[in-house]
Amino acid sequence: MSYRNETLQSQITGSKDIPIPKRYVRQTQTRIVLHNLSKNKGAMVGLFIIMVIVFIAIFADVLLDYETDVVGINISQRLLRPSWKHPCGTDDLGRDIFYRILYGARFSVSVGVVATTIGLGIGVIFGAIAGYYCGLAEDIIMRVNDIVSAVPSILMGIVIVSALGATTFNLMLAIGITSIPQFVRITRASVLSVRNQEYIEALYASGMSEPRIIAFHVLPNCLSPIIVQATLRIASAIIAASSLSFLGLGVPVPAPEWGSMLSMGRQYVRSASYLTIFPGLAILITVLSFNLLGDGLRDALDPKLKK
Amino acid sequence: MEERKSLHDPVLEVEDLGVQFILENETINAVNDISFKLRKGHTLGFVGETGAGKTTTALALLRLVPHPGKVESKKIEVCGHEVTAMTSSQLEKYRGNDVAMIFQDPMTSLNPVFTVGQQIADSIMLHQNVTSAEAKARAEQMLELVGISANRAGEYPHQFSGGMKQRVVIAIALACNPEVLIADEPTTALDVTIQAQVLNLMKKLRDDRRMSMIMITHSLGIVADICDEVAVMYAGRIVETGTLVEVFNHTKHPYTEGLFNSLPNILNRSAKLKPIPGLMPDPSNLPVGCSFAPRCKYAGPDCTCAQPKAHWFSDTHMVACAAYQREGFAIDRPEKK
Repeated sequence: MSYRNETLQSQITGSKDIPIPKRYVRQTQTRIVLHNLSKNKGAMVGLFIIMVIVFIAIFADVLLDYETDVVGINISQRLLRPSWKHPCGTDDLGRDIFYRILYGARFSVSVGVVATTIGLGIGVIFGAIAGYYCGLAEDIIMRVNDIVSAVPSILMGIVIVSALGATTFNLMLAIGITSIPQFVRITRASVLSVRNQEYIEALYASGMSEPRIIAFHVLPNCLSPIIVQATLRIASAIIAASSLSFLGLGVPVPAPEWGSMLSMGRQYVRSASYLTIFPGLAILITVLSFNLLGDGLRDALDPKLKK
Repeated sequence: MEERKSLHDPVLEVEDLGVQFILENETINAVNDISFKLRKGHTLGFVGETGAGKTTTALALLRLVPHPGKVESKKIEVCGHEVTAMTSSQLEKYRGNDVAMIFQDPMTSLNPVFTVGQQIADSIMLHQNVTSAEAKARAEQMLELVGISANRAGEYPHQFSGGMKQRVVIAIALACNPEVLIADEPTTALDVTIQAQVLNLMKKLRDDRRMSMIMITHSLGIVADICDEVAVMYAGRIVETGTLVEVFNHTKHPYTEGLFNSLPNILNRSAKLKPIPGLMPDPSNLPVGCSFAPRCKYAGPDCTCAQPKAHWFSDTHMVACAAYQREGFAIDRPEKK
């Protein structure tokens, strides 16, 4: 075939010499999101506090000696008011509240992260199946999901922990299971909107197998709402863990879980309110930080808010 | 051109293909008993209005007809393989490797979360036993081939214009050297100057690789530009098929005539367009006789009682019109030399 229009052909095949600006090549989705996020002051404050808390949680063993600083009983120092030596005071067994709060970050963060990971993993798999394969599978998954979410999550947590025993892992498991329904729902909704896109049909036409399409092409397109949900879910998992520990069903004593510290300080709430105020503040700041970060992520991942 | 004529073996042969969508209260007959052949290196154009069953035919060739659809056929043979008998793993090998498809809207046929280079490399790695580095290098070559500089392989689809996206889609489709390329209205979403670029590119690549192509389009201009053979579809049937010259210059079917009459004439710009009156019949309730009869100005009582039989004017030129059973029948459109 000959070409009547030589210039047209050179436009099609000879674009080599057109220089491409470097910054263009580097502008990935992740960078755009991080850039949007960095402009959100609340989210950055939240992220900073979370990083500090995670740092403390990881290095708690290096900073503190568990046997003496955290659980060591010292009756002569009991119920001291906050001072320079004990910034948050001491409890009825003479343990430093500040040290216990620092060490307690370990439980709260790990329970939050692990419980959310459990809920996320199971929830996303079932949500993807329900969203992708309509029909019987979807009906069964969604109805079971409705049943599970109809049970109040604290009640569900109490049942699971009482059945399996009060250990840290069972606490994570219980909170993880109660967070599954939300992940199922949010994943299914996003998968439903992605599965009918033309590029999915195009992948079938290029001979890709169904599980691969779901795992590598459908799910990555559903990530934004799932990431936001996971961040916000960590915050509620921390509250749930504290609530269960408050009820004596969480991390076993004498480990310094914030919820169980609240519970122990309850009887001194009139005379020594600092026993409950400081662990409560710790929970509040941590949850607030995760919520700020989650809100910021949601805005950063929302293309409609892009400037 | 000489080489292409000498290869007479069809790479694709379809006999009596029908697609029905069976719903609760009605059955939609999207495609009814169509048969066609495609020879190596040739391009077959499917023309017809919206809802004529062109895309459904193409999807049936890949066995991708969506859920309530039921495909019946005597034969769908591509490169010597019977498509209807394939297992799902054979199908995965066949799709993209033997037959590739380009979809209508380039804006939505690329995955927004992967770079274009990754998407081309993905398609190569699916069908060929290469390392990811090799696939990446091949992907960059493919980009160069369709006229996009290789250093843009790391960019995401939203950073490309519509015409460039369609070229990326072509690169993905051609990455594994398919025998047959199905192009489903590849230029409908593009403006005319970009259409010309994309069509020229497709022609060039088709000739370089001696690919066969099925071109689905509304535009008779694109058919004239790119196709060797034409099949005119109406209400799920092929009403006229033949070589480009036969269908365009020796038009026989009243519907094809109507299509040509509804085009504006560049030599007589003030002339009114003559659209075909009426609408296409409801595919869930097709007439017993010729589907076009209610809109056809030549229709007689013989047209409405039974499906028109195929009338062959030459080895390649077929018309499904009962009026040619009458003595001395001819349509108004004059034959061209």
